[in-house]
Amino acid sequence: MAKQSLLVGCGAGFSGDRVDAPGPVVRTLAARGGPACLMLETLAERTLALAQLRRLESLEAGYEPLLARLLAPVLGTCLERGIRVVTNAGAANPAAAARRVRELARELGLRPPRIAVVSGDDVSGPAHAPFLAAAFGGERRPVSANAYLGAEAIAKAWDAGADVIVTGRVADPSLAVGPAMAHHGWSETDWDRLGRATMAGHLLECGAQVSGGYFADPGFKDVPGLAEVGFPVARIDAQGACVVGKADATGGCVTEATVKEQLLYEVHDPAAYLTPDVTADITQASVAAAGPDLVALEGVRGHERPRKLKVSAFFEGGWFAEGEISYAGPGAEARARLAADILAKRLPHLRLRADLIGVTSLFGDDAGRLLAATPAGDARDVRLRVAAAHADLEGARRLGEEVTALYTCGPAGGGGVRTAMRPRLTTASCYLPREAVPARFDWAD
Amino acid sequence: MPRTVPLRELAHGRAGDKGNRSNISVIARRRADWETLVAQVTVEAVARSLAHRRPSRVTRHLLPALAAMNFVIDDVLDGGVNDALNLDAHGKSLAFLVLDLPIRLTDTP
Repeated sequence: MAKQSLLVGCGAGFSGDRVDAPGPVVRTLAARGGPACLMLETLAERTLALAQLRRLESLEAGYEPLLARLLAPVLGTCLERGIRVVTNAGAANPAAAARRVRELARELGLRPPRIAVVSGDDVSGPAHAPFLAAAFGGERRPVSANAYLGAEAIAKAWDAGADVIVTGRVADPSLAVGPAMAHHGWSETDWDRLGRATMAGHLLECGAQVSGGYFADPGFKDVPGLAEVGFPVARIDAQGACVVGKADATGGCVTEATVKEQLLYEVHDPAAYLTPDVTADITQASVAAAGPDLVALEGVRGHERPRKLKVSAFFEGGWFAEGEISYAGPGAEARARLAADILAKRLPHLRLRADLIGVTSLFGDDAGRLLAATPAGDARDVRLRVAAAHADLEGARRLGEEVTALYTCGPAGGGGVRTAMRPRLTTASCYLPREAVPARFDWAD
Repeated sequence: MPRTVPLRELAHGRAGDKGNRSNISVIARRRADWETLVAQVTVEAVARSLAHRRPSRVTRHLLPALAAMNFVIDDVLDGGVNDALNLDAHGKSLAFLVLDLPIRLTDTP
């Protein structure tokens, strides 16, 4: 007989997501009963490189800074009701994240959780140096280099009875595939089921993006209660098929339209959505309403997984600087355009990007072709924004100085200067043979 | 009498990014409009709307079971989220550039 379906709720979809999101998700999982897990996805591409930089400053840093705030309201219920927590919030330092979870449980007076730490993704050490040198050239040492791990180590930790599973870099959908694989007892070559669970994980991994977030377009696509948008909960059955819904008593909506948008989000070839676990195929996929705020995903298939694992590496990339100043009233656009000309003349060492916020600022290209093709108009509330990258701090700092000087030396009526600078990280990827990246889990010390 | 409407009246979609590659979905609001979208929301039309970003390649994947298409647009993000100087380095706004494409309607609604 097929096992009971697994409920997977997602309480975070990126580093910086709402800390009050997991509460309603966990209340919903507890109310439904049955096997369940809470997934917290907090690692975007560059998040891990930033975490690595923090780890260099402190041995206890380098994991998701919001981890304790995300978990504090729900850890007690999770432990009491057997709702397992699976998260990549370990970032560059999963062991320290696990220690923080243990400490949090103690602070809250809870029983000590069994915490599994998944490792193997960090390939920045000497063992992999020859691989990276071959891929990127030996002269550049990366700030971070991490392979995307799959679901297997998570599944093993689940089988071993972990209450909390903390990982670094794993493919986002694998946070759902691991629990589903272990719970339903699938093999690592059960391609169709892994493919379906992967797309379930894909629908969940960005949190509210499947339940009304990143969707509303007033008058065209209205979303009720977006300020209290609920995060998703999916039921994954023994075949890997899923029905996705959202936390009870929340805003937002789960419709065929929200699910279609998220299904295709960051997908390239729909016949080959590649993860470390499987090559998922959604060319025959369909969605169907299955109740209020409930949508079933059907027709997903899976094929053999890729033989190599993707590695993302980050390198120090100099400095990024930006500055802004605003003009309003008659002639505002002409004054903002004049200010942009002045900056270009004063900063010949920088490849400046200029935007006229209120005229055109987002669709344009860094080379300025769209802005150059936009005829001068008479917009009356325009914010000039300039940005540039430079190899060294002093060169980048000049941008902010020149924008600030526009107060007294620039066109009339300029106000509201803001300037900012930050170190830049550049990225490159390569592929490593699976055997060179053994994933494992250990119990937290 | 033929009239022209912005694609946004017939379709919705969203943009995603990976590296220097953008993908933009275009999903029919009504299945009845699917053939119109297939005929008019072409690789050429999308490439034209993003011409200033100099796409090196535009690929269209059709998903008839979803009444949806997925555009994969290469080298339009000025290097991607870590390199671009754009305020919107992810290119999240680009879906609405495509959703502004003019679509000719032949029959009256």
